Amino acid sequence: MSARPTSPGPVFETEVLIIGGGTTGTGVMRDLALRGIHCLLIDQRDLNAGASGGNHGLLHSGGRYAAGDADTAAECRREGDILKAVAPECIDACGGLFVAVEGDDPEFAARFPEHCRSAGIECSAITPAEARELEPCLSEKVYAAYKVPDATIDPFRITLENVNHARQLTQSIFLAHTELERFIVEEGTIRSAICRDTRSGDTLTIRARQVVNAAGAWAMQVARLAGCSGVQLLYSKGTLIISNARIGRRVINRLRPPGDGDILVPGGTVSLLGTTSQTVENLDDIHPSVAEVDRLVAEGCALVPQIAHTRFIRAFSGVRPLLMARGAETDGRKASRGFSLFDHESEGLANFATVAGGKLTTFRLMAEKTGDLVARRLGNSEPCKTATTPLPSGDAIRWTEPGFAARYWAARREPGDLILCECEMVPTSAIDAIVENAPGAELQMSLNAIAVRSRVGKGTCQGAFCSLRVTSHLYDRQVYDSPLGLRNTRDFVAQRFKGVAPVAWGEHLPQLELAEALHCALLGLDQLTDDGLQSPTTGGRVP
Amino acid sequence: MIKEPRRHQAELLVIGSGLAGMAASLFALARGVSVAQVGNSGVIAFTTGYLDLLGHDERGFVDDPWQALIRLREDEPRHPLANVTENDIRAAFTSFTQSLTEMGLGYTAPGAHNVLALTPAGTLKPTLSLPLTMQPAIAAMAAGLDTLIVDFTGLNGFSAREVVANLSQRWPGLRAARIGFPDMDSGAEVYAEVLARALEVPATRQLLAERIGPLLGSAQALGLPAILGVHRPDHVHRELQSLLGVPVFEIPTMPPAVPGVRLRELFETRLPQCGVALEPQHRVKRLELHTQGVTAHLEDAYGEVTIEAAAAVLATGRFTSGGLRADPNAIRETLVNLAVSQPEGRAHWYRPDYFDPRGHAINRSGVMVDEQWRPLDATGKPAHPRLFAAGSLLAHQDWIRQRCGAGVAIATAYKAVDAATQAARSG
Ligand SMILES: Cc1cc2nc3c(=O)[nH]c(=O)nc-3n(C[C@H](O)[C@H](O)[C@H](O)COP(=O)(O)OP(=O)(O)OC[C@H]3O[C@@H](n4cnc5c(N)ncnc54)[C@H](O)[C@@H]3O)c2cc1C
Ligand SMILES: Cc1cc2nc3c(=O)[nH]c(=O)nc-3n(C[C@H](O)[C@H](O)[C@H](O)COP(=O)(O)OP(=O)(O)OC[C@H]3O[C@@H](n4cnc5c(N)ncnc54)[C@H](O)[C@@H]3O)c2cc1C
Repeated sequence: MSARPTSPGPVFETEVLIIGGGTTGTGVMRDLALRGIHCLLIDQRDLNAGASGGNHGLLHSGGRYAAGDADTAAECRREGDILKAVAPECIDACGGLFVAVEGDDPEFAARFPEHCRSAGIECSAITPAEARELEPCLSEKVYAAYKVPDATIDPFRITLENVNHARQLTQSIFLAHTELERFIVEEGTIRSAICRDTRSGDTLTIRARQVVNAAGAWAMQVARLAGCSGVQLLYSKGTLIISNARIGRRVINRLRPPGDGDILVPGGTVSLLGTTSQTVENLDDIHPSVAEVDRLVAEGCALVPQIAHTRFIRAFSGVRPLLMARGAETDGRKASRGFSLFDHESEGLANFATVAGGKLTTFRLMAEKTGDLVARRLGNSEPCKTATTPLPSGDAIRWTEPGFAARYWAARREPGDLILCECEMVPTSAIDAIVENAPGAELQMSLNAIAVRSRVGKGTCQGAFCSLRVTSHLYDRQVYDSPLGLRNTRDFVAQRFKGVAPVAWGEHLPQLELAEALHCALLGLDQLTDDGLQSPTTGGRVP
Repeated sequence: MIKEPRRHQAELLVIGSGLAGMAASLFALARGVSVAQVGNSGVIAFTTGYLDLLGHDERGFVDDPWQALIRLREDEPRHPLANVTENDIRAAFTSFTQSLTEMGLGYTAPGAHNVLALTPAGTLKPTLSLPLTMQPAIAAMAAGLDTLIVDFTGLNGFSAREVVANLSQRWPGLRAARIGFPDMDSGAEVYAEVLARALEVPATRQLLAERIGPLLGSAQALGLPAILGVHRPDHVHRELQSLLGVPVFEIPTMPPAVPGVRLRELFETRLPQCGVALEPQHRVKRLELHTQGVTAHLEDAYGEVTIEAAAAVLATGRFTSGGLRADPNAIRETLVNLAVSQPEGRAHWYRPDYFDPRGHAINRSGVMVDEQWRPLDATGKPAHPRLFAAGSLLAHQDWIRQRCGAGVAIATAYKAVDAATQAARSG
């Protein structure tokens, strides 16, 4: 057989190609769309597949950086205020506390208010007793406490809203599971991007006037594909754990130089305890480990003793892309949290930009700076509008908020609207809205993709049961019509497992045992081959 | 309410009411041993109703489990099934399925080969013995009959289309249809157990047959989710077949499902009728071991209960049922604090890949027994001469991956009761 000729596959045309569907890439997409520019956003996996789906969701007041990095701290404060105004439905302005417990450096604690003042962060001292009244879960060993305007943000909702708005404004497009493989560069200009659809294996070509690299931790790799070596990143893996119920009202930060297990962040109905920090070389196969979980629990107990007995339902990890300045240190926590925008002009490229580093909290600012550069290059003189234009919501993009589905379902009282996910009360109507119209909705949409756009799989059962009910519903709707649907389910539960296994003990372990019984003993998902079929060695016999 | 202490006495105490506990009581009754039994229903409520002996080994699906058992004795000598002879396993399975059939829940006799039974996802599962209400699927599939699979509006988690989509390559004559269940067709959620109870009424069966009949077309067989009655499934099944004129078979639904409810209700009504002092829905709080036997302490709504017995079979199951408990770094047995064979530390409980075909080490953890099925304590000696263990609680087996759940439960209950009876009667 002769080798298949390499065809360019389908060709997409756009003004701006954005690589990376995290908060930064989607932020750039919306920023540009608000200036009337058409964008095409790709992600090798899906929206929020990188750090944007693997963080605390803490909208920093800046307090955490006040001592070490006053600029980042002030940036966080300003951006936090803007986001609270333009995207209130994505934010829980719960407030935050910084508390020092016995053993923490008293001098560090004493200087905190002063650092906050210089960064312009509101900060008020309260007594340990007052702190414990506000947050009864706090340790009796608290000796200093300050209130700051920390908040939390739903990173999934904000991403979906960014993409949805860009779609409304300029019919910009998001393509999931589309991996950039190489660029075709001619005369200092990227002419096209050759991508692979990782689901089908097919090649596609994207032609754009400008290309933005917002690939997060992968930004260095993407820049290298364009022949640019100026982007130098350090990879710092961080692991977090999620409790099955919310622990505190507010964000609780430990008042000491950043270390393991020193932030407890509420996330709607749950809390997230983070984080560890470990330099890694490789971006593949990033998963939480038992050792990291144990470390978080051990450290977290000092702040909030009940953590020792808390049921955790899942652990997850993300990689912080930290910019390596010249002679930078190799400690992930001390490297800069600021971001950089590379125009690559000194490297001989006129239509390529990389935005790297930064934080979820500052994604809008990162997008603004990138948008300014790209718009100018395109000869577009519209100013940035993201600081004042509210983010619109929509039917297909409101399902990531904890508790929303339950309220919606109860208020609607539509008897035929069956609940598919009992832990999070996700009804069939939510799934229908998502498969019809969520950003990235497509034929044979995967269960993973639906989960990113909803609360499916995020409750106590971690998808063991609801994945199967959602699958059945998708077969009913003929979203699936072949064994591939079941293979999606298999991949989804295999993915959830990586987060459940490290926290499986006590009351949570039976959940995993039951899940495995269901998935393997009962349904034989472990026996599905990659075409979704089973390969039994026996024929059907009549007993 | 006046709470007063009560005492029961029996030759044998069975702790646990899962498959192993229920089988143990049946085997003891068959030997004329007096039995007291405690325990809530455990994971029975989750079963498909299929009774697996050994459905899977490292070569894949097992066709001949008896042959596979010979290999198992070689490869995994500590596996509980490797320590029961083929004759005993056959005797245990045959006796168990016969008892079920006699009590009104018909089962196929264990044969020479596994059969491939249907799952709610339209995949196939190797098993040894299955409820008669599910059996016709095997022949219909083997013959490739044109077959209609019907599901119901509002029955969450069971999709005929899913069954067909996953099975049609192997069974091309399959077709799916959805109907409303008679008198429960508003579109609102319906529950398998409720449908099953409704079908015990002849008029409902008649209405159902009237709805399905016109859809049959050329179909030579009919598949339904498992809803054909709770107490007399064989009768409901026969009646529906004769109303429709084609073979009808059930497909298990997502747990907790009707086949599990049938088993549980059957045991809970029939065992007491056979003289078992059954304390369902309770747990033994404390078990005292003394030279004359055992004393179990529990508490129900009317106060404390003590059970004295000459010997006990511990069949408390694994983590889901509470027989084992996982502390953050060690696994323990919850009632007697027996030694537990286990991996070193939590980092070794699970492999990185969920579906790793070698399975997870934690599933092979459990209680170790001597050749008389007496569980060992930390010193490696039997914890007590009159304490025996059976079922999924035992170490060195992975029922989930080996598809040997019922096999381990039934075969080891048989052996444990054997040994316990001798001990109890040794005076
Ligand atoms: C553990 C942890 C906790 C954190 N906590 C907070 C916090 O509480 N508050 C806060 O403000 N910030 C926090 N951060 C930082 C914040 O999460 C990140 O700065 C932010 O999410 C980065 O977003 P991004 O869009 O730049 O990158 P990412 O979200 O990583 O997105 C990059 C995307 O690019 C895609 N991609 C990569 N290569 C290719 C390719 N070749 N082709 C196509 N697509 C590609 C990836 O799939 C990925 O989805 C945390 C980070 C970590 C790791
Ligand atoms: C989803 C699922 C599907 C399955 N499908 C199949 C199948 O298709 N085929 C098959 O062969 N097997 C199947 N099984 C497996 C089978 O049900 C189990 O292997 C079998 O029930 C194990 O039986 P057991 O009696 O040892 O334990 P369990 O059924 O777990 O029973 C243990 C009992 O001990 C009781 N107990 C615990 N502690 C105490 C105490 N202190 N005092 C009193 N009682 C106590 C519990 O309440 C429970 O009643 C399935 C299991 C599950 C979960």
